[in-house]
Amino acid sequence: MASKKIHAIYTDDDLLLHAVKETRAANYHISEVFTPFPVHGLDHAVGIAPTRIAITSFIYGLIGLGVAVVMMNYMMIQDWPQNIGGKPSFTYYQNMPAFIPIMFELTVFFAAHLMVVTFYMRSKIWPFKKAENPDVRTTDDHFLMEIDVENHDVEKLTKFLYDTGASEISLIENEQDH
Amino acid sequence: MSSHYEAPIREPLVLGEKSYHDISVDVGAPVLGKANKSWWIVFTIALVAFLWGLGCIIYTISTGIGVWGLNKTIGWAWDITNFVWWVGIGHAGTLISAVLLLFRQKWRMAVNRSAEAMTIFAVVQAGLFPIIHMGRPWLAYWVLPIPNQFGSLWVNFNSPLLWDVFAISTYLSVSLVFWWTGLLPDFAMIRDRTTSPFQKKMYGILSFGWSGRVKDWQRFEEVSLVLAGLATPLVLSVHTIVSFDFATSVVPGWHSTIFPPYFVAGAIFSGFAMVQTLLIIMRKVSNLESYITVLHIEYMNKVILLTGGIVTVAYLTEYFIGWYSGVPYENYTYLSFGAATGPYWWAFWALIICNLIVPLSLWVKSLRRNIMWTFFVALVINIGMWFERFDIIVVDLSKDRLTSSWTMFQPTFVDIGTFIGTIGFFFVLFLLYARTFPVIAQAEVKTILKSSGESFKRLRAEHGDDHSHVQTVEEYPADAGPAANVEDKHFNSAFDSTDEETKNNEVDFEAHRGKIDNLLSGVGTFDPAVQEQDDLKKINGVGPVMEQKLHQLGIFTFEQVSRMTDREYDLLDEIISEFPGKAKREDWAGQALILKNNN
Repeated sequence: MASKKIHAIYTDDDLLLHAVKETRAANYHISEVFTPFPVHGLDHAVGIAPTRIAITSFIYGLIGLGVAVVMMNYMMIQDWPQNIGGKPSFTYYQNMPAFIPIMFELTVFFAAHLMVVTFYMRSKIWPFKKAENPDVRTTDDHFLMEIDVENHDVEKLTKFLYDTGASEISLIENEQDH
Repeated sequence: MSSHYEAPIREPLVLGEKSYHDISVDVGAPVLGKANKSWWIVFTIALVAFLWGLGCIIYTISTGIGVWGLNKTIGWAWDITNFVWWVGIGHAGTLISAVLLLFRQKWRMAVNRSAEAMTIFAVVQAGLFPIIHMGRPWLAYWVLPIPNQFGSLWVNFNSPLLWDVFAISTYLSVSLVFWWTGLLPDFAMIRDRTTSPFQKKMYGILSFGWSGRVKDWQRFEEVSLVLAGLATPLVLSVHTIVSFDFATSVVPGWHSTIFPPYFVAGAIFSGFAMVQTLLIIMRKVSNLESYITVLHIEYMNKVILLTGGIVTVAYLTEYFIGWYSGVPYENYTYLSFGAATGPYWWAFWALIICNLIVPLSLWVKSLRRNIMWTFFVALVINIGMWFERFDIIVVDLSKDRLTSSWTMFQPTFVDIGTFIGTIGFFFVLFLLYARTFPVIAQAEVKTILKSSGESFKRLRAEHGDDHSHVQTVEEYPADAGPAANVEDKHFNSAFDSTDEETKNNEVDFEAHRGKIDNLLSGVGTFDPAVQEQDDLKKINGVGPVMEQKLHQLGIFTFEQVSRMTDREYDLLDEIISEFPGKAKREDWAGQALILKNNN
């Protein structure tokens, strides 16, 4: 089944934000918006849920902390306890002041790297990934709003978009989303 | 819209009449253009220095650490001095990008990219020294906690030197992903602007296929914020741990509880000095004066003043405590009467003059905003901070508790060569970066354009805060992508100008007859029989309307445009009065020259 989409291009972020709000108010469905920079308040206006990536980072940090504790407990206390500089390694908590720097570093290491990896995976960006912005100018100074035509009248929809200040409007016929 | 409001008393951060497109053009220009002669000269010098250093490193490793000037009293000298110096320099980048992000300082956006690049390159230099100092660098992996052939002997997690391994490798890798994530949208901008297929492919890979979806941006901003939150304590921890290398020992002068905060302040102090040194040159060479303004330089000078003040207090405290303790060994620490008058008096006074006295001049506003003076002070601080580490390490070691082993340190050519080699390596990396990377976080600068741009500030001053900030853009055609293909629809866009518009667009030939002839005599005429016309719209700033006008004047090729000088620009402005100064400002001749050569 062929799905039809309209690409409306705006040349200004304020104009786009306003158009997004009007389009949503008119009950058209915005399937995607491409912008050259983060437009403040756009995610809220488009109506997407807040990201949970900060929560994943917190969890990764806890994992990192756990790894550090388990690793140092095994290596310094269980496997080969040594008396270093008159400070014997009998228990983990007695020796912990010396372990705090690495507990901290590994917490940060895990929280930062795994969060970034999660971000790349979730947003599907990685080396050799093909860019998917439909117009090259959307990384420069143009803002593209993609609207599902669904069962709306194309004529009316384009007229509506034109009135919101779109400078280019084009009809895209997709063969089928893979 | 009032959401762009910023207190009018704040000075603009983006100067001139910039549009979003102008920012892309200005940031992309050094990458898309050709390198000039001075770049090649500086690059060659840096490369030679790097190769010399590489030779010294190979000599050290193949012969042994004995080729350095170390002796049995002074077992650490230039190597660890250079290590701490480079790590310290590597602190400004994360401070700018992380701490200033948490404080919502908008001025960081123009300088964070280069500061982070500097951080990464500096930490790479720093990492070289401990590895060379191992003597057998192919065994460097022994510092990692991995199962090994010596039974179950593990690395010593009680040792600050091992903490260093974890701190610096975490710092380097986290800085790298922070930097790269921020680079993705800017690589994407270059990818979409370049006309060269090779660049398109390369920047396509580097940009990880960044498309700029609204959800991507939402995550991008959240990731940046969380990374900033993580990197802020991280950057403080790194130099704290470096200071532990000394502070946990029992050597007089090293065994000091104020080392951690004092080292961190000193690191930021020297890091900002290096950022100033690099950016003052780069803003000039890469024509970025509209983005890295005197205001940015002043802000960084204020950070230098603050951290320099902290360092000064630490010096005075060390000096006072050395005397107040009444311990004779303390009289030979690097900040003591003994050091000031002893054989290392010159190193002591270099430290005091460079780090304590000269930076005080920045309290004067006119000097703080003076670019030449700032550059000078930054160089002085770089030298002074090297001496600080030299003093801590060499002066403290030179007079230990046993009078019979007192001695001095004499660097060999290998010590000096290795240090100069790392400076060369650093500049090689930075110069390559400046030619291939978007050196300003253009996506971020675009977000502050409407609040902090000079032209928008003027707009609000003249028309009130609620005046529309919507920009009208002179259209330029996309090379690819959708055209207005809805049938029978003719919206008013520059792409399908109607006859009526063409009429309005016509140049008044009669009034300008003489000037047009004059103009054509300067740029040469076009002969359709033997020449082919170029797509003048490829010149940034020339839209379909402007192209039409140029055609009417008889200008059809890049060659003609490239011959334009100030005289022709003025004539053009007189004939076409709508865009005064535009052609000159955007350097159409220069652009046309590049396009002509590419054809």
